[in-house]
Amino acid sequence: MYGLGLLKGLLVTMKNLVFPSRMFTTHQYPDRKISPLGLSKLENKNIISFFVSNPSKFIRSLLGLISVDDKFPQSPRFRGQEFTWYEQRCTGCASCAKYCPLGIIKIVTSPSGESIPEGQKYSIDVFDIDIGRCMFCGLCVEACPYDALHMGSGFEEATYQRENLVIDIDRLKSAPKKPSTWFRPQLEEVGYDPKSGDEITWEQIGRHQRPSVSEQEDNWVNR
Amino acid sequence: MMCEQTQGILNFCRVHSIYEYILPDWLSSITYLITAITFGLIVINMIIMATALYTWFERRTLARFQSRLGPNRWGPFGLLQPIADVIKAITKEDTVPESADKIVFNLAPVLLLTTTLLVIIVIPLGPNSFMGSLNVGVIFIIGITSINTIAIFMGGWASRNKYAMFGAMRSVAMLITYEIPMGISIVGILLLSHSMALSEIVMSQKIPFFIVQPLGFFVFFAASMAEISRTPFDQIEAESELGAGFHTEYSGIKFAIITLAEFMAPIVSGIIITTLYLGGFKGPSFLPAEFWFLVKVFIVIFGMLWIRATWPRLRIDQIMGFAWKILFGLGLFNLFSIAIEIIILQDSITGIISTVDYWLMAGINWGFAIVLFFVITQMTGNKNKEYIKRSYEVNTIK
Repeated sequence: MYGLGLLKGLLVTMKNLVFPSRMFTTHQYPDRKISPLGLSKLENKNIISFFVSNPSKFIRSLLGLISVDDKFPQSPRFRGQEFTWYEQRCTGCASCAKYCPLGIIKIVTSPSGESIPEGQKYSIDVFDIDIGRCMFCGLCVEACPYDALHMGSGFEEATYQRENLVIDIDRLKSAPKKPSTWFRPQLEEVGYDPKSGDEITWEQIGRHQRPSVSEQEDNWVNR
Repeated sequence: MMCEQTQGILNFCRVHSIYEYILPDWLSSITYLITAITFGLIVINMIIMATALYTWFERRTLARFQSRLGPNRWGPFGLLQPIADVIKAITKEDTVPESADKIVFNLAPVLLLTTTLLVIIVIPLGPNSFMGSLNVGVIFIIGITSINTIAIFMGGWASRNKYAMFGAMRSVAMLITYEIPMGISIVGILLLSHSMALSEIVMSQKIPFFIVQPLGFFVFFAASMAEISRTPFDQIEAESELGAGFHTEYSGIKFAIITLAEFMAPIVSGIIITTLYLGGFKGPSFLPAEFWFLVKVFIVIFGMLWIRATWPRLRIDQIMGFAWKILFGLGLFNLFSIAIEIIILQDSITGIISTVDYWLMAGINWGFAIVLFFVITQMTGNKNKEYIKRSYEVNTIK
């Protein structure tokens, strides 16, 4: 029979109205308004005891004035915006600048006063990364021979001016040393998480340890 | 004086007697005018505040119908969103196209809002409320809502924009077309109530008229949804085709006024439907009459919102075909069946129909309505199927 499709459609939308939680496709970001029931569950309390203990909070949450952080869990391998740079490891070789497909890393070095005879280390005057044009491929991290540069884990760095998107050397120095585990998955084995964990030093983040002779034989000779 | 009304919250005479008591003697000749202005201010502000709340309600409920969230940031549950919208609209630049007809362009939003507000005057919001007993109430409503068409066409024409013009042309074609089934379905009510005053129509509804004449209710509901251009019939401002239809060129406060009139239209339309078909302010007496009126208006508005959230938009030829082929015929059928039933059932001397006979009429008319619904859906559905089949054969490359 014709005409029933119209009524079926009305039923579908009515289901959405009555049971919205089963099919919300949009998410409240970065926090969500919380009801008294949800808040009491969050504080491990019965809703009545929650009301008795903190009536003002109860009423404010009833009016929709209280919001809690609500973000999806993020992989520790996420390649984010703030770069982590270990200054003492960087020699100013500019491998990262050479390997960058977009050419957005700018490095200016000069021979440093102390180690000119040895020729080991340059002093770095300018280190600019224009993340406004960065595509977060991570090739600069792979190219670095001394493990000095790592990706970060943030993504909420919107600004009003394009110039503010250029990360200069001061920002790189002062940024928290919380690298993404994207190029160093062995960090996940010890339970490190860039979003919640502590800062780590360059010694902890080094490459895989050199395999022992027996391991090398197992892998390459006796297989 | 001539004042004899005693009941109801919005009582003209009560307020007038208060003014007579308060005001000095030399103002006594214009106390009626002052009372009228007071009531005008009350009604206009009430309706505008209701519209502001309704914008929030519509956006929020529509979002929930479609598994979204809607405005939820500004204030508890996003309740202060209308204020933010108004501030944004006022601070925007008010542009007028260089080649526009400036007087007509500026006049159109005002006319649109005025006509929408004027309809409220003749509605009885409770027993004896202001001009509810105007003896040409129904004709007043039909006449005033027709001015709406002119306002929309003024806006579209004066914009000097082809998309605005398309929207305006469609609106004129559509609104004039839908006046006809609307008028025919109203005649069915006038036959039963013997009066054009809306308060008389409400008082004559021993049982609500939508039970007595379901076909008339359906025709009026569909036609009023087309008149206010809500979603199954919103070809006037078909966003995907015409930009914004007749108000493409409007910005700033003029756009806000047009939007206000647009959001006010469902409320006004719900009020008219409630008065004509749902028994107006009648209801159990343990709560005031105004409360029952508001509840019924809310139910009608919610129904319109539900339909808007669900059904897609019709093409302009489908809309016109629906009006001329289906609604017009149904309205005529309803009118004739009501007239014949009245001739048979009414008391031959006093012309009064008893409540039992009302229920008898309701039974007969519901039978007609169900049979007609089945026949019409079968007919149009089969025709549509043939059409699709034929167009498939023509368009297939062999």
